[in-house]
Formats: sequence, C-alpha cells, structure tokens
Amino acid sequence: MAATCPALEATNLARGYGDRWAVSGINLRLATGRSLLLAGPNGSGKTTLLRLLATTLQPNEGRLQVLGKNPTDDAMAARRPIALLTHRTQLYNELTALENLEVSARLLGLKPDKQRSTALLERVGLSGRGQHRARTFSAGMRKRLAFARILLQDPQIVLLDEPYGQLDPSGFGFVDKLVEELRRQGKTLVLSTHLLDRAAPTLDSGLILKGGRMAWVGPARDLPAAYAHETHP
Amino acid sequence: MSLLAQSRAVFLKDLLLAARGGSRLSGVLFFATMTLLLFSFATEPDPESMRRHAAGYLWLALLLSSLLSLGESFRAEVEDEALEGLRLLPVDPRALFYGKALSNTLFLVGLSLVLLPLSLGLFGAEVKSSPGLLLAFLLLGTAGLAAPGSLYAAMTSRARGQDLLLPLLLFPLVVPVLIASVKGTGLCFSADPMDQRGALLQVLTVFDLIYWSVCGLLFGKVIEE
Amino acid sequence: MKRAFDKEHIIGVIGLLMLAYGCWKALFVVPAMNHFGEVGRIFFMHVPTAWNALLILTGSFILAIGALFNRKPSWDAALTGSVEVGVLYTALLVVQGSIWARPTFGIWWTWDPRLITAAILLIAFAGVLSARSFANNQGQRLRWTAVATIVAYIDVPIVYFIVKWLPRGIHQPHSFPSTVSTDYHLALRFNAIAMLLLGIWMTFRRARWILQQNAATAMSAAPGAALDAEGRTMVAGVEE
Repeated sequence: MAATCPALEATNLARGYGDRWAVSGINLRLATGRSLLLAGPNGSGKTTLLRLLATTLQPNEGRLQVLGKNPTDDAMAARRPIALLTHRTQLYNELTALENLEVSARLLGLKPDKQRSTALLERVGLSGRGQHRARTFSAGMRKRLAFARILLQDPQIVLLDEPYGQLDPSGFGFVDKLVEELRRQGKTLVLSTHLLDRAAPTLDSGLILKGGRMAWVGPARDLPAAYAHETHP
Repeated sequence: MSLLAQSRAVFLKDLLLAARGGSRLSGVLFFATMTLLLFSFATEPDPESMRRHAAGYLWLALLLSSLLSLGESFRAEVEDEALEGLRLLPVDPRALFYGKALSNTLFLVGLSLVLLPLSLGLFGAEVKSSPGLLLAFLLLGTAGLAAPGSLYAAMTSRARGQDLLLPLLLFPLVVPVLIASVKGTGLCFSADPMDQRGALLQVLTVFDLIYWSVCGLLFGKVIEE
Repeated sequence: MKRAFDKEHIIGVIGLLMLAYGCWKALFVVPAMNHFGEVGRIFFMHVPTAWNALLILTGSFILAIGALFNRKPSWDAALTGSVEVGVLYTALLVVQGSIWARPTFGIWWTWDPRLITAAILLIAFAGVLSARSFANNQGQRLRWTAVATIVAYIDVPIVYFIVKWLPRGIHQPHSFPSTVSTDYHLALRFNAIAMLLLGIWMTFRRARWILQQNAATAMSAAPGAALDAEGRTMVAGVEE
C-alpha cells in the first residue's frame, strides 16, 4: 500500500490568519521521488503552503497525507521524513555551528559524531567555521548551515523555501548541485523560488499561487512562460 | 527514541545555552540580589521582624527572578524560530516541556542556593533544620514554579505583551507553591513546634506531580500553530 | 427585518422570576437569624453565588477539555462565555463576603480558606480572559483559553486545601440545613436554581455575541478548490 501512496497529498487544504485566508483550496499530489516548483508573487502564500506541507502549521480546512499518514493521527510519524528550509534559519545564535548540528542530531536520535558534522560543514562550504557561533554568521552562511542540518536529517521529503535567497553566486551553484543530488537520490522535492529559469529545467511539475489560490498547474518547464502570463496578463 | 532520551537531549541543549548566556545569567543573579536588598530597605529595620520574614523575602525574590529566567530561556527559542526547528523534528512535545522545565528548575535551584546565604546574612536568620530538608523545600518549590512557568513562558514567548502576560497567568497559579514554600522554609529557619514541615513537603509534592504531568500534556497545544 | 427570538431568553426570564421569588422569601418571609441579625440574610445570595461560581467554572473546565480536542469555534465561544460568568459570580462572591464580614466580624478581609480561594479564583480566571485578548488568531485564542482554564481550575482545590490547612479561619462551618424552616430551604434553593439559570442565560448570550464578533471580523468560508478553464479541479504535482 505504502508504495502507491503519494509522498504528499493535499486535499482542499486551507489556512487563514486572522480575517483572511493565506492559502485555500490547495489540491496537490506528488509521487515519491518527484519534484514541484512553487512560484508566485510576494505574499501569495508560498511559505504558508510549505509550512502546511511540513506539518508545522495546522490547516483550518482540508486534509494532508504524508506518505499515506495523516499528521493529525500521528504527528511524529508524519513529520519524521520531512525537512523544511525557510528564510528563518531556526538556529541557536549562542551555539557554534557544530553544536547546532549536534543538537539536531541528538533530537533525531543520532549519535553525536563530530567527524560527520565536520564533513557536512565542508560540504556546504563552511569548512573551518565549526567552532564559530551562529551569531557571527552572515545571512548566507546561516543558510548554508541550515542546509547542513537538512543533509544531516537525510529526509525523504525536502521542502525548500527560497533556497537561493541571501546566497552569493557560488551559493547558487551549490544549491543547483544539491537539488540535482537530492533528485538523483530519489527524494521528493518542493522548491519555491523567484529564480524561475534557474529552477524550472531540473524539476518535474509546477504550481503558481496567486493570492493564496492555485492559479496555474503544469510541467515545470512551462512555468516561466505561464508565470509571465499570469502576473502580467 | 524514548521520551526520556528526547527530554535529556532538550535538557542538555538548554544547559549549553544557559552556560553560553553568561552575561544574562549574571544579570538575573544581580536582579535577584537587588530584590532581596530592596526588601530589606522597604521594611522596618527591626531585626526580629526581618528574621521572621526572611523566608518570604527569599521566595518573593525567587518568584520575581523566575519571570526573567523563564523569559530568557524562551527568548533563545524564538529569536531565530529555533522552536519551529524543533517542532519540525520528530520530537515529542512533552520532551520539549520536560527538558525545558528541568533546566529552568535547575537554574532556579542554583539561584536559590546563591540567595540563601545572602538572605540569611541580610535578615539575620539561621538554618535550624537539617540542610537536606531545606534543600527539599528549595527543590520542590522551584520545581513548582518552573512547570507552569515553562508552559506559560512558551505560550507567551511570541505574543504581544508577553512581559505582562506571563506574571498575569503565573502568579495566581503559584500561590499554593509560594505559601507552602515560604511556610516550610520559614520553619527551617526556626523551630517547628507543630511539626508541619512534613505535611508542607507533601503539599508541594502533590502540586509538583499534578503540574508536571498536566503541563507536559498541554505543552504541545500551546506551541502549535 | 424582524429579529429572531433566541430561545435562551426563556431560561433568563424563568431565572429572574425565581430570583425575585427567592429574594422575597429571603427578605420578608424567613425570620432574621438570631445570631447574625438582618445582615445574615445576605446568605441567601451568598451561598447560591458560591455554589454557582464553582458549578459554572466546573462547566468551563469541561468545555475547555472538549474545545481543546474538537477545536470548534462554538465551544470556544461557550467556554469564554462561561469563564466570563464564572468571573462575574466570583467577583460577586468576594464582594458579598466582604459586605457580610465587616458588620459581623469588624473586618473586610482575613486569612480564610474560602476567602483566599475565591480571590485567587477571581484573579486566575480574569487572567485567562486577559490572555485571550493577546492571542494572534482564532485558533491560538481557542487553545490559550482552553489551556489556561484547565491549568487554573486544577489550582483551585490545592489553594483551598493549603489555606485551610494552615490554621486561623473565621468562616462559618457548613451551616445548613436540617435545623431551619421550610421557607429557609425554599428561599435558598430558589435562589440557587435562579442563579444557575441566569448564569446559563448569560453564558449563551455571551457565546452568541462572541460568535457574531468572530463572524464579523473573521474569514468567510474558505473558497473551494481552484478550477481550470474546463471547470475541472486543479491538482498540482505528478502522480507517477
């Protein structure tokens, strides 16, 4: 049964803040190993949708299933295979880069392993920074550290909210490579970005959000053209 | 991973954070000491009444300082949304609570051990019971502050008006802890003619058991979004 | 447009009539109690207020547990309404107690288990209502109100016990009934039921008002799924 379950399945998902719907009527089915490019103007609900898919935000309406499991039944089981990267990097400022990784490792039930952590830091381009506190990091470096934490978790479903944001040009290449690698490993991927031409060629399908509503669905490679049409009709 | 192992991981992380925030630590300590001093200025300088009220002043200083230390312990969690990062991991919310509540208790016990000799000196009281009994009152009393305190500090950590909300919710709740701790500690500073200390310890234990379990169950609901 | 008649008004009217009858009995029919004098008649309000304050807050506790699990806005509204009525009754209780204590014992306030418990109850639940107003959205408001209600309610018996156990109380031991007249019972029971009905009535009114406020400020029903040009439901993603 689990083999036929989509990695992510949302039915009429909706979430509001105060007196407005941030997203509503979201229908989505993403098979294991497939990827989705999420696009939309600022404030169109991309982050809200990703947080809903990550199960950290409770929907007001609709239903979400993660690998066939309902998060409201068993939040921990549904959450285990998911990782989310947001613009808030969720780090402890007073802890060093290595310590931040160790905190996550321990909570994931992994044995603290300094070598593995050091190797991860190297991979995200933070070699030699392991002993520095997160507070001293620039926005781009924080993002890289957040990537290292996702790699540590090694989840089946990776949700990336504007992964290119705040990174330098070498960082762009790093994200491209990482996305390619995650795809090769058969991870399910949802990526939101404004760099449509950069992300579109490597991903499977696309979704454009406008005002919290689904405005366009189709193959990712057609998304940049559709986006221009949707936002400047 | 078991609840215990997860709680331990959260607890260790909080200890590390507390150790790193050295200046904040000493800030709370300074505040607590200042409060004790202010009590001695605000009351009549009558040695007998100061001695009688030493336990009360000690616990009021602890209660007021606990607001700061509880707030601090959750500031690190919301500064960069680290708490959301924890919620993203497959961690039982109860583990988050027990780790937090335990580290907050430990901090308050440490603080009380610093304040104790100070208040003995300032107010001229002396310990007349066994040190173990006094320690039991300090431990159970601070645990009684830390459990509902951690729950409400988490709840208010991202709210408007959090500085106002935390005492508003916490103070009426900890009245039994305050009464039992002040009375019990006071009886450790004097004779215990009616032999009430044992019963007071029981009250504190019951309060702690109830609130450590209820707040653990409710914690998931207050950090949910 | 003619406004619909809300059925809870029936409860309210019955409550008011019963209260009028009970108070008439208490003030004019029952003889003054010998050792308290005329001021002792406040008991006919005081005791029913105490019963109902506890009863209604117990109701809040149950509503809070329910609301935490079913997350229904209507439960949140009923919960908040009942806490508001509970706070009102507790405030009445404290005021009545002071009014009675002053002429009887010559003091407004003292160290007494029921007095202290009532005061703590009042502050704790007023705090619950205040916390509610700081919540960021409807879901959070519901969870905060429910959690704080549960936590505050559990505190009540502990406060009562510890204050009672530490000596020095002036409060009357439970003073009924058996030795007193039928009119006495009648007045007390009528007032008790009347206060309960009035409490339920006010809870309903407040709950209705809160739901209306929610409807005025909150979202309309969520728009359904987005449709494509041919009117089919849009589904994002890849299935295979």
